[in-house]
Amino acid sequence: MEGVWEITFLLVQVWLSIVVGLIMLPAMFGVSLGFTDIYIKVLVKTLEWATLRIQRGQKEQTTLPSQLANGIIEKDDGSMEEEIGELRRSHPKNLAGGDFTLCDAFYFCKKGIENIVEDQVTQRFTSEELASWNLLTRTNNNFRYISVRLTVIWGLGVFIRYCILLPLRITLAFIGLSWLVIGTTLVGLLPSSNAKNWLSDLVHITCYRICARGLSATIHYHNKENRPKKGGICVANHTSPIDIVILANDGCYAMVGQVHGGLMGVIQRSMVRSCPHVWFERSEMKDRHAVAKRLKDYIADKTKLPILIFPEGTCINNTSVMMFKKGSFEIGGTIYPVAIKYDPQFGDAFWNSAKYNMVSYLLRMMTSWAIVCNVWYLPPMTRQDGEDAVQFANRVKSAIAHQGGLVDLSWDGGLKREKVKESFKEEQQKMYSSMIVGSDFHEASVGPA
Amino acid sequence: MGSRASSLLREEDIEEIKRETGFSHSQITRLYSRFHSLDKGENGALSREDFQRIPELAINPLGDRIINAFFPEGEDQVNFRGFMRTLAHFRPVEDNEKNKNLTSGEPLNSRANKLLFAFRLYDLDRDDKISRDELLQVLRMMVGVNISDEQLGSIADRTIQEADTNGDMCISFSEFTKVLEKVDVEQKMSIRFLH
Repeated sequence: MEGVWEITFLLVQVWLSIVVGLIMLPAMFGVSLGFTDIYIKVLVKTLEWATLRIQRGQKEQTTLPSQLANGIIEKDDGSMEEEIGELRRSHPKNLAGGDFTLCDAFYFCKKGIENIVEDQVTQRFTSEELASWNLLTRTNNNFRYISVRLTVIWGLGVFIRYCILLPLRITLAFIGLSWLVIGTTLVGLLPSSNAKNWLSDLVHITCYRICARGLSATIHYHNKENRPKKGGICVANHTSPIDIVILANDGCYAMVGQVHGGLMGVIQRSMVRSCPHVWFERSEMKDRHAVAKRLKDYIADKTKLPILIFPEGTCINNTSVMMFKKGSFEIGGTIYPVAIKYDPQFGDAFWNSAKYNMVSYLLRMMTSWAIVCNVWYLPPMTRQDGEDAVQFANRVKSAIAHQGGLVDLSWDGGLKREKVKESFKEEQQKMYSSMIVGSDFHEASVGPA
Repeated sequence: MGSRASSLLREEDIEEIKRETGFSHSQITRLYSRFHSLDKGENGALSREDFQRIPELAINPLGDRIINAFFPEGEDQVNFRGFMRTLAHFRPVEDNEKNKNLTSGEPLNSRANKLLFAFRLYDLDRDDKISRDELLQVLRMMVGVNISDEQLGSIADRTIQEADTNGDMCISFSEFTKVLEKVDVEQKMSIRFLH
């Protein structure tokens, strides 16, 4: 019996020393040992090979449907005026009683059916479909059995991901988070000084680096000269809670968010001991003015870390950027936009909060191949004269969407859970009414020709 | 997500739908994925609320009428067959040339059937006539609060006057067809499905 205990003890020791020596220490000093790079290279080669095999397999079996990543239908992009105008051209016009024709309904009908088949909004709240399978069961859409070799590789993948990578990653996450809590609490005991700030930054960055390795994250930062500076507001598109880890690997930010209970609460409370983050109570969140005031007070102090805000307010699936809430753009200060784009081949980073809770989500993350993403720092922006908060927000949103190769939408991310406002329908009705009645008014004012 | 969805659709069902509607195999599987993603209750059928959840449809002035077209008289649920049958009206007519093995009888996407679909948008009580009252109600849906009752009334009167040939102050389907005979229905009531 003692023999078994001794062996287990030895194994645990070996395990921990590997983890500490090969992962933790390099993480603290920001050094990469290159394991992740090699891993990614091997992965890319394997996935390319798999894609070729699947394509070859699909050609042989002609009954297999080919994957289309670019939609089910091709839409006309004409405006209401253009489309209805075209419809009416064939119809003899009699303007005596207003410009309405029975075929006007065709326009609304066609638009409606098009939206039933494919719309711009609902697809943003589920994971992106892949053009070709990446050997994860969860993304298996229409890929059927192709060959023995592919299945073997898939099986090997399952083993590697669940039996080797998952325990490693869980260990790292555990170490990273406990380090954060312990480290920040210790630093919090120090009196305010430059040394304290420096230590606090070190603790935070180390923890995030460890967590990033815990996800096998490979992050490419672009345009580092535009990195957010103190006293500024960093604004980014939101795909998952991991965005925070991704950004904080390359800089220190003050987080903004709601106070949670449980484990999150513990982490939040300890973080705030070493450097000021902005945590709101649930009741405070409802009061927009209180929130704005606190943020304004915070950024007035130019020595404080830049705050990190996700103006979409909810997680979107990284194919588009949805409406930015104007709150963050009203408080003044310099905005540092950041675009984050994940590569879906290696793992789907999107958190579908309707489908998975936080724990299942993290498990899914830790059993993906890896997280590969690009982060672009965009040049700072400030509100120009004559521009209101909404226009400013849209300008920043477009810049981020353009850089990240994402679709720029004006729809509210809140539509994930709520119904669309009636006012949008009223806008459509108003637009149509002016088409019917416009000529009538004209007749009335001009008189018989 | 897609994987479970397509495995619930059997090959025999796909073949039947292919014969009935003229959609291709890949179109049917893709539309089934879409159907499944709209079906939040996961019970194999869509309710009116499932359609209302599409924001661009919810803001469409005729959104309710279009949604209604999917549901047979008196029912609140539409299954995949019904869904496809309704969508089939919007297949382009040229596609019929490629698909010679359709069932006999008029294809769902013929010009006449497209016009019938549009006619039923106006015909609220499904009695095969568009009365002045029905036309007023649909017009009201399209314009909201922006036009007065009198003006809307005169628009309705003028429309019925133009179309009505047998003097019953209603528009029948044949009168509807006659009025719109020059309109390119095939193009305006068709959606280009890829593949």
